[in-house]
Amino acid sequence: MSTARAERLVNLVLCLLSTRQYLTADKIRTIVPGYGDTPTDDAFFRMFERDKAELRDLGVPLETGRNSVFDTVDGYRIARRDYELPDIDLEPDEAAAVALAARLWDSPDLAGAARGALLKLRAAGVDVHDEDTAVQPRVRAAGPAFGALLAAVQAGRAVTFEYRRHPGDATQRRTLEPWGVVSWKGRWYVAGHDRERDAPRCFRMSRIVGDVRATGPAGVVRRPDGVDLLAMVGGSWHHEDHGPAGTVRLWLAAGRAQGLRRRARMLGQRTVDGVDGDLMEIDMHWPETAARWIAGHGPDAVVVEPDWLREMVIGRLTAAASSPPEAAATSEVASARNEAVRT
Amino acid sequence: MNGPVSDRLPRLLALVPYLLARPGVRIDEAAADFGVTDTQLRRDLELLWMCGLPGYGPGDLIDLSFDSDTVTVTFDAGMNRPLRLSAAEATALVVALRALVDTPGVLDTDAVQRALAKIEAAAGVADSTEQTPMVVGLATREEAATATVRDALNRRRALRLRYYTASRDAISDRTVDPMRLLLLEGRSYLEAWCRLAEGVRFFRLDRIENVTLLDEPANPPAHARPTDVSAGLFRPAPDQQVAVLVLGPDAAWVSEYYPVDEVVELGEGLSRIRMRYADEAWMVRLLLGLGSEVTVQEPPELAAALRRRARAALDRAGHLQSL
Repeated sequence: MSTARAERLVNLVLCLLSTRQYLTADKIRTIVPGYGDTPTDDAFFRMFERDKAELRDLGVPLETGRNSVFDTVDGYRIARRDYELPDIDLEPDEAAAVALAARLWDSPDLAGAARGALLKLRAAGVDVHDEDTAVQPRVRAAGPAFGALLAAVQAGRAVTFEYRRHPGDATQRRTLEPWGVVSWKGRWYVAGHDRERDAPRCFRMSRIVGDVRATGPAGVVRRPDGVDLLAMVGGSWHHEDHGPAGTVRLWLAAGRAQGLRRRARMLGQRTVDGVDGDLMEIDMHWPETAARWIAGHGPDAVVVEPDWLREMVIGRLTAAASSPPEAAATSEVASARNEAVRT
Repeated sequence: MNGPVSDRLPRLLALVPYLLARPGVRIDEAAADFGVTDTQLRRDLELLWMCGLPGYGPGDLIDLSFDSDTVTVTFDAGMNRPLRLSAAEATALVVALRALVDTPGVLDTDAVQRALAKIEAAAGVADSTEQTPMVVGLATREEAATATVRDALNRRRALRLRYYTASRDAISDRTVDPMRLLLLEGRSYLEAWCRLAEGVRFFRLDRIENVTLLDEPANPPAHARPTDVSAGLFRPAPDQQVAVLVLGPDAAWVSEYYPVDEVVELGEGLSRIRMRYADEAWMVRLLLGLGSEVTVQEPPELAAALRRRARAALDRAGHLQSL
């Protein structure tokens, strides 16, 4: 920003803060230094409009109105109570929490906004130190869809976008009445009412393809009372402490499969195929995950029981053992894979 | 969220109240607080000195008294409080504080709660999460090692760790000099100088088997810097190998869970990805677990290693059953 413009805008703010009367644009032109130099009315009004827009962008509450019924045009003033940050006083540990919160954002927009807030708190006399702390929470940027989605939530407008449910799927056009944007475990979602499905839905922002377009009038979307956005995305995470679904007995080769061993209880020792090992027991929460995990350890981990889990593991190993020996052309692989997937 | 058109105007509007609250503040300290150079701050002060109330005579202009390196406001021209928080500023701060409230055992959530109430009041934000446009769930759990790691960071002491390294499927003992506790993507990581590896390493707290606070001070070498994680914890290294894999629908999560270079949609729920890996044994473990949901296209050595390992596993399972 040029020095002349910055000076003019500061003077404009001081002038409008100091007046109780509404000042018309013409009056402002004669009072505030910088406007008097404009050669034509047209040039002045263009400049004044730009300046007003800039102040409003910053959140300066420009009031418009007339001092009496005889006035023919609106004037401007700034109400001090709307302009000024209320008194705030933070204890040192509270100021530290605020500094930590401001550094949560690892994305330029949100980090910039948080820095702007800290600047004002410091100007209000609060000592907020912006320095590295021992514990550092971080939330990374949300990607290109974020800005349009947040704007739509704030405006209460519906949005449409192309969405890919899973990698590999074709995209689908979705129309959503967005209730909020949500970051859960570092991943960004938009939650709302899906018009086609006529049901509440969450969408991963990273799976949105192309632009998000706002549609329909503003102010029509309202989040119903009692909706918990975090619960919509995170499910029952806070209540997840249900017990294991069962236990698995495993044979683990001596000194191997540490990832399994660290969660397992020792039952005894046994030699299999001339290899020393241990019989161990492990809690199982999700069978699919357990099968994947155990199969991954190959000959170092063998399921003793239950039988059905052993079959799941052997199924995975059999598929891996019979995978095509040469790197095949994509189309062949795809058709072979399709058969495998369907059977 | 729209950023300000310019950084300078917000700074100019905040500067006079800032100086009023701190008579005789050092100019370099003020410059640091505003994140600008001393030179820029002096330019800002010179500009403000030219601004004031209508009339613009000597008694109407903002007045500052300079010492050699300090400054004091003697007339504020009515600009004695900062501007209110904008909607974007209030959202950024309030949403972040609300997220931090939900990290018991990891942060001092009592102070966060008190700070949140005060910021909400000052920002004029209703004390309710009902209509907030944005919510953040960090989902950070307190792990068994969390308290000791925090203690070590606060007291700047070294730690002895028994740690499970997933990439090598191995457990090792090491002494580390803690640098910070990073909460990222629902997990807690200790970033520390590892004396064993002689480098800066991340340690996932849920993979720390055992932790002991040592009597000796934490002393990371001067060149040990925290890692820039804005692009993710793991960045591709030049010496890594590249696998080309075709994933079935039930393995599609792999391309979102691990950093991959390229995803090509093949239709029918299939996708082809290029994925870097440092350790073949780790990659084989991943692929074995995926079973029929993955096919290795490249490199052939990886495909061969996968088949060998799968056959050995089937063989071993056969022996166990026949016992």
